[in-house]
Amino acid sequence: MKISPLQLFIAFSQMALSGFGGVLPFAYRALVERRRWLSAEEFPKLLALSQVMPGPTICNLSVMFGYRSAGLTGAAAALGGMIALPIAIVLALGIGYQQFGDLPPVRRALAGMSAAVAGLIVATAVKMARAMPRRIALLTVMVFVAPAGILLAWRERW
Amino acid sequence: MVNSQSADAPVWSIVGPMVAHFAMLSLMAIGGGVVMVAPEMQRYVVDAHHWISAEQFSAAYAIAQAAPGPNLLFVTLVGWQVAGWAGAVAATLAILVPPAALTIAMMRVSTNRAPGPLGRAVGKGLAPISVGLVFATGWILFRGGSGDWTAAAVALLAAFVVLRTKINPVWMIAVGAAAGVMGLV
Repeated sequence: MKISPLQLFIAFSQMALSGFGGVLPFAYRALVERRRWLSAEEFPKLLALSQVMPGPTICNLSVMFGYRSAGLTGAAAALGGMIALPIAIVLALGIGYQQFGDLPPVRRALAGMSAAVAGLIVATAVKMARAMPRRIALLTVMVFVAPAGILLAWRERW
Repeated sequence: MVNSQSADAPVWSIVGPMVAHFAMLSLMAIGGGVVMVAPEMQRYVVDAHHWISAEQFSAAYAIAQAAPGPNLLFVTLVGWQVAGWAGAVAATLAILVPPAALTIAMMRVSTNRAPGPLGRAVGKGLAPISVGLVFATGWILFRGGSGDWTAAAVALLAAFVVLRTKINPVWMIAVGAAAGVMGLV
């Protein structure tokens, strides 16, 4: 299917801006259900490939879909749509943090948000662990690597 | 508090090594996205170079997670805190361009869209490592906050709610912010 770079940019911007707390579910909704650019069988294949490639999954997916639809320009348009407006929002919030980050309520709010986000990330790790193939060898690797990662993080702190 | 590097150091002497390091990490983020390289990123900018504090790193992550869009954009904020606008642009490109280039190169040589046996094996083999690193990221962000028992309670509540319900995770960030403002964390 031929999709213009402008259409790609708009579609991926919309996905990115709806994606509070994760863009992937919105990517499925937009590409498969609303615009029908991909079938329900094609999406998981594209997703699987985005996951085994290095880098951020959602960006790999944008690049692959954009490239398939409209070549290099398409890849740039889809990736650009995915990040352009969110970057503007994140930087605006960052400037706010620079201005007000030292105020006690803002500091406390961010400490609370950090704690909640830490919990969300642990939940992600649990979901990933559940989805793993239940093979003893792989589980053994995890049992050794997970504490190693935590120790590395801990090391220079205490 | 932001842009806390010594004022006399030329920006490029910081941005250059940071870009090289982030670009390398972007290619190591397999299976868990940028979340899994956050511990090494934090070690580099906070512990090794003292460009920003652990609190700033955690704040950058929390802000990016609370905003719409891919959560990898915390890298943009980290770059901005480390070296201003040049740092923001450079860090973002460093994390985006190498994987995008590799993805396009892969699509040019192969029209086959499902991952092959090697790709699946790589995915499965790296999965446990990703899981460990993602856990470590959670731990690091927790340490960057206040780190006391009420913060632990908020973190556990957020994890529990998201695992057990279909509630959008962003609400749990709002709960964390509210708990913080009320002085509970």
